[in-house]
Amino acid sequence: MIAQSFHYESPATLAEAIALLNEHGDEAKVLSGGHSLIPMMKLRFATPSYLIDINRIPGLSDIVEDVDGTIRIGSLVRESQLEHSELLGRHFPIFKDVTKLIADPQVRNMGTLGGNLAHGDAANDHPAVMIALRASVFITGADGERSVPIDEFFYGFYMTAIQQGEILTEIRLPVPPKGTGNAYHKLERKVGDYATSGVAVQITVDESGVVTAAGIGLTNVNPVPLRAVRSEEALIGKPLSDETIELAARYASEDCSPSSDLRGSEEYKRHVTGVLVKRMIRKAAERAQA
Amino acid sequence: MTKKISVTVNGTKHELEVEPRLLLVHMIREVLNMTGTHIGCDTSSCGACTILLDGKSIKSCTVLAVQADGHSLTTIEGLAPEGGPLHPLQDGFKENHGLHCGFCTPGMIMRCVELLEHNNNPTEEEIRWGISGNLCRCTGYNNIVKAVQWAGAKMRGEETPSTEPEFV
Repeated sequence: MIAQSFHYESPATLAEAIALLNEHGDEAKVLSGGHSLIPMMKLRFATPSYLIDINRIPGLSDIVEDVDGTIRIGSLVRESQLEHSELLGRHFPIFKDVTKLIADPQVRNMGTLGGNLAHGDAANDHPAVMIALRASVFITGADGERSVPIDEFFYGFYMTAIQQGEILTEIRLPVPPKGTGNAYHKLERKVGDYATSGVAVQITVDESGVVTAAGIGLTNVNPVPLRAVRSEEALIGKPLSDETIELAARYASEDCSPSSDLRGSEEYKRHVTGVLVKRMIRKAAERAQA
Repeated sequence: MTKKISVTVNGTKHELEVEPRLLLVHMIREVLNMTGTHIGCDTSSCGACTILLDGKSIKSCTVLAVQADGHSLTTIEGLAPEGGPLHPLQDGFKENHGLHCGFCTPGMIMRCVELLEHNNNPTEEEIRWGISGNLCRCTGYNNIVKAVQWAGAKMRGEETPSTEPEFV
């Protein structure tokens, strides 16, 4: 399958890339890892006239920890970098969980975190993880950089807060306090499949065993990536118990909105979501104690 | 609307003029006439088109030739010198019946080159996860796992496991 003809630009700076995006408007698409965009172009679901390859722009491929307790991940950081980063592994074992379940090793050598989010697909795995970790997304345009909380980033089907002429440049994660654990799992029919349902959890438990913070994100069971707000509230301020976990799971299965398809019926997906919420809370709690 | 690119393939530098929409796998097979890299699914699912881009295994059906500008590629043709000894993985697949029809083999081997580069003594589980992006419809994978373990042993300079067939 061959994509429709297009002009290819590979700017060496962010400013150049933004100028090109502004010049070509909605005729242009940004090329990052390309593993969502190129398949769509080959199928001619996407037919951009200009492809702006941002891979030659320096400074977008690093993972660094700031002194103020923020982890900054450049938008061009590949899945395989996330998978093997010691820095991330120390605070966020969830990245090992999630990357192992994203596509396969070759795709992870190309696919990027920024692209995974900018694609705006509720079936992608990182959105739920970013919701659980309360990420901020940094977007750069002609007027400079702005920050968007993850809860205001996803608008709808393939729609995000990124406006025309803007590029997602960085993801920032607050380093969680002591007593925090996080975990992700998705049910997939086979390697490389989208999730039947996926659940990301991060919880913080204080010394007396009370949950002081909780983030729960759901993959592919809603038109947009979903924060399970009632599930989080069911946990916060209480000691973790079978009852609170059960309640959090029930709320998540009630509050999501999956559609029946080849991966299962709506009822089945609600059930699986509940099961995964329970398992991921327990796994995150175990890691919080370690 | 062509673009000039410079790509090093198996150590040889090529200056090419390509359409931006030309896929890397088509550049390798149809422009450079190296047909060892196969096209299977053409949807980044099967791994038959796997090659190394700067030492990292990628699926060349989902990368544009223009993206490889200035980079270095290795294909199955570049693993062993013409007429010289085979790469341990090539030997391993041969000795352990790691292939039947052979269609997936170039991609499977190129993927495992990177796998063994990172860890030359992988467990069965690590190998199976490592080749999770490569489909083989003949072998049932068991002999592929053995082939990779065999190649690992050879690369570590250890005695290679017996390749006598198992009857079960």
